[in-house]
Amino acid sequence: MAHAQQPGYYVPHDTHGWPIVGSVGLTLALGGAAVWFNGGGAGPMLFALGLLVILVMLFGWFGQVIKENLAGLYNEQVDRSFRWAMGWFIASEVMFFAAFFGALYYARVYALPWLGGEGAGGWTHELLWPDFEAHWPSNGPARLGGEFTPMGAWGIPALNTAILLTSGVTITWAHHALKAGRRGGLVLGLLATVLLGATFVGLQAYEYIHAYHELNLRLDTGIYGSTFFMLTGFHGFHVTMGVVMLTVILLRALKGHFTPERHFAFEAVAWYWHFVDVVWLGLFVFVYWL
Amino acid sequence: MSSTTADLLHDDHHDKPRGLKRWLFTTNHKDIGTLYLWFSLVMFFIGGTMALIIRTELFQPGLQLVDPQFFNSMTTMHALIMIFGAVMPAFVGLANWMIPMMIGAPDMALPRLNNWSFWILPFAFALLLSTLFMPGGAPAAGWTMYAPLVLQTGDAFPFLIFSIHLMGVSSVMGAINVIATILNMRAPGMTLMRMPLFVWTWLITAFLLIAVIPVLAGAVTMLLTDKYAGTAFFNPAGGGDPVLYQHIFWFFGHPEVYILILPAFGVMSQIIPTFARKPLFGYASMVYASCAIAFLSFIVWAHHMFTVGMPLSGELFFMLATMMIAVPTGVKVFNWVATMWRGSMTFETPMLFAVAFVILFTIGGFSGLMLAITPADFQYHDTYFVVAHFHYVLVPGAIFGIIAGVYYWLPKWTGRRYSEFWGKVHFWLSFVFLNVTFFPMHFVGLAGMPRRIPDYALQFAEFNMVSSIGAFGFGLAQLVFLGVVVHAVWFSKEKADAKVWEGAHGLEWTVPSPAPYHTFSTPPDPRLMTTEAHS
Repeated sequence: MAHAQQPGYYVPHDTHGWPIVGSVGLTLALGGAAVWFNGGGAGPMLFALGLLVILVMLFGWFGQVIKENLAGLYNEQVDRSFRWAMGWFIASEVMFFAAFFGALYYARVYALPWLGGEGAGGWTHELLWPDFEAHWPSNGPARLGGEFTPMGAWGIPALNTAILLTSGVTITWAHHALKAGRRGGLVLGLLATVLLGATFVGLQAYEYIHAYHELNLRLDTGIYGSTFFMLTGFHGFHVTMGVVMLTVILLRALKGHFTPERHFAFEAVAWYWHFVDVVWLGLFVFVYWL
Repeated sequence: MSSTTADLLHDDHHDKPRGLKRWLFTTNHKDIGTLYLWFSLVMFFIGGTMALIIRTELFQPGLQLVDPQFFNSMTTMHALIMIFGAVMPAFVGLANWMIPMMIGAPDMALPRLNNWSFWILPFAFALLLSTLFMPGGAPAAGWTMYAPLVLQTGDAFPFLIFSIHLMGVSSVMGAINVIATILNMRAPGMTLMRMPLFVWTWLITAFLLIAVIPVLAGAVTMLLTDKYAGTAFFNPAGGGDPVLYQHIFWFFGHPEVYILILPAFGVMSQIIPTFARKPLFGYASMVYASCAIAFLSFIVWAHHMFTVGMPLSGELFFMLATMMIAVPTGVKVFNWVATMWRGSMTFETPMLFAVAFVILFTIGGFSGLMLAITPADFQYHDTYFVVAHFHYVLVPGAIFGIIAGVYYWLPKWTGRRYSEFWGKVHFWLSFVFLNVTFFPMHFVGLAGMPRRIPDYALQFAEFNMVSSIGAFGFGLAQLVFLGVVVHAVWFSKEKADAKVWEGAHGLEWTVPSPAPYHTFSTPPDPRLMTTEAHS
């Protein structure tokens, strides 16, 4: 009967409750974080519980989808729906980063020069901070956070650029191996990508420690610290997520999932990985270098 | 493996689960559409109650009913609830019900994600509404949440931010689903330029959502870290700028305005041809005009902030870009009028709302043009003229669009006819009282009455009293609407046939009323589309 009803497109008739579980998890995590911000003692625990519930949801939901996929329920058209969805999800992520890049450009091109006495904001300069000279990097006329040293581009960041670009090569290598049916190459390529990604995150963590302890560069170091840590921080979070996703793909590859023709999960994660790679290039040029 | 397959298929063949489980776990686009629509109706009444608290306080000058802080909470929450809780979910509900049926698809492309998009909303609004009971009160800095004022919010602040994040997650997932459905699920023969206008306007709306909701998420995240983590995005002492917040917010906010109206344009373009018994005039130009409006919506945002002290070149650019929107919008209005021209028109309730939409939305458009003139806006900015303007585009625009759509498709959903008499009563009460409520706001606004103020100068007293009486009339009229819907869903005896309306065209009218739980499990005959789906 079910066959007769669904000759083509697979329409699942049950969510198995995972969306509701996800909503409960999100609400616990965010509500917990809000309680935490307000200084409530239960906050951290609620937050952690929420994350746990989200994790369970991800395992359950993706597990269900993988099971159905292995059972052959998804045809080409279902595959295309997943492709559109992943593509536009990444587009929405691009716009999220665009807001922070926009803040960086606005601060550098408009806000700071105006505080320095140029153009439309001249009176703020005259009346509040007549001594302020605008130049980038800056923590503003009140020098929030005190004297600091900006992060150079050519140490760890340049190394990290090389690492991420290399990881883009290794994942492409893994993809070619998968399409050619070379499972060894697939696993090796994925393993190399995971390791490179993890190295990137490790170096980024080291860079943060260095910034806090030796450069006096912190999140509250004016607009420079704000844009630096929020942009690189959200990017680092995305890389971490990418590493987790790649690890799942690696484990699935080891279990024998994916065929040379059908392996959208692999491709989706590869797209995502290239997306964090491209964002990094923007960061390297506009946050570290220029 | 074969046993797994059998299990899965068996598992999936509960045809129509019953009780609470049906609504919690459903993947059916019609069930989810119903959930969205009821949710939005509940939010409409909660947001409406807040509006009536505002209008009660403003009935007379002086402070009499609520304290000013609570008054400000009401203006803030009224807007957030109406925009994110009433209008947007109602359009997603209409999209869920109608898009798969209009393009001949078996369901939305991603049914489980669809369930999640809806089921985030009750949680998000529980977080938002819980702030009413928190120390420091609900958010009171206006729905635009301008820094630094909003940073003074009490315990409600992080709940406000996170509820907006959740609404955003829901919207983006919903938009992704709409795009995947329209681009991937059309039946053979349903080419893009044969799609009904409602499908087109929703496709464009979905792109807008994906482009700007994440920007709002970024903006409120910056507010959060500015308050709790010491960042200086909006703090000039650290090199930031409060005006930066306004730029980021309105980069989201202006396309958001079109997110609230484009699907209503689509509904109008379905209803007017049906009751004029003529094909839609200028189908292709309607599609291109919608695209043009969407594009322009990205380059006009700073007309919301002419008075913040932008460079002159910025003021000029945003003024001229804003005025250009009148061109594609005019194309649409002229096309609707031309569709009616010499049609054999009848005025059932959906058509009454549609005709009122065309007239009253155009009034809102014209006051928008007045506001677009930078030097004039220096006078109008933050006055009741602005309040009059956006209520004229949102109430007889977005809300009438939704209500017209509900009346138009209700017989298809329920299989029963609603009461035409009470529908018309609802229309005339709404039409009269909305003008009584909002038209005087033009006058007090031009005379200088500021918005978001619980008290006002004596010379504004009469017009405010008129507005308040109108608001209560409008609010009560919506109880008639509730009655009509409840009657049509559960009590009406009058069966609707498949086509419902004599002049209706399109795939949704080829299936029985009520629409079966599953429609177009096999694609419809392509010949249906070449002749009918167009209009």
